[in-house]
Amino acid sequence: MERIPILRIGEFLLVTIQVDMHDQMALALQEDLTERIDKTGAKGVLLDISALDMVDSFIGRMISNISSVSRILSASTVVVGMQPAVAITLVELGLNLPGVLTALDAERGMALLRKNIGAGVDDAGDAQ
Amino acid sequence: MPATHSSRQELRSEQDVVRARQGVRKLAQEQGFSLVEQTKLVTAASELARNTLIHGGGGHMEMEVLTAADGHCGIQLSFVDQGPGIADMRLAMTDGWSSGTGLGLGLTGSKRLASEFNIQSAPGQGTCVTIVRWK
Repeated sequence: MERIPILRIGEFLLVTIQVDMHDQMALALQEDLTERIDKTGAKGVLLDISALDMVDSFIGRMISNISSVSRILSASTVVVGMQPAVAITLVELGLNLPGVLTALDAERGMALLRKNIGAGVDDAGDAQ
Repeated sequence: MPATHSSRQELRSEQDVVRARQGVRKLAQEQGFSLVEQTKLVTAASELARNTLIHGGGGHMEMEVLTAADGHCGIQLSFVDQGPGIADMRLAMTDGWSSGTGLGLGLTGSKRLASEFNIQSAPGQGTCVTIVRWK
């Protein structure tokens, strides 16, 4: 089965979805990404969905799961590049992706990840 | 409302669901639907095609171009399976309720994305969901 590549850039993982995913492919990505976060100790995931012309409830759930699982593994996920038509459709479908961080493009997404990592360190400091 | 175009897509595998989405996208583009309208129709088709595959044990999708009396163009999609059917329609049409492992947004979500929505089902009789989206 074709798999979505996961690139490592420093302490971040970069995923760009460029194919029309069938459901097994979306599930495989979720598993692969979880494994890579665990193996690399990555602090952030940038999930670029700018090439996706549709997000249905299955892909929406994948995005939501990736975000939740990475958070539990102490990494932040930022979803970038969602097309406006996709966003309108998602909300009408009934999916609001609560708790999922988003940014308009990869550059802003990267800035948000860096900021989050900084904030994470501060939080840990406050807790002690 | 005479149909001017009709085609059929088998729904037997996840790849077929992807093909169904692509077929609907192409037809909606050809009919001059806006990007948002295309996206809504394709997303509804994806939800319903997955239902046909997972809950209906496979089936097929039919696509038709409709022309209303006022010349308005629409696309009608039917999703047909010979599966177990739906015993409790009220429950099936409840947001967030799922008989499987999904989010329970397939039927209710696709209803919101369509202009018209019709579902025919009975236990042991299979299910046929028809949606229309007018341009």
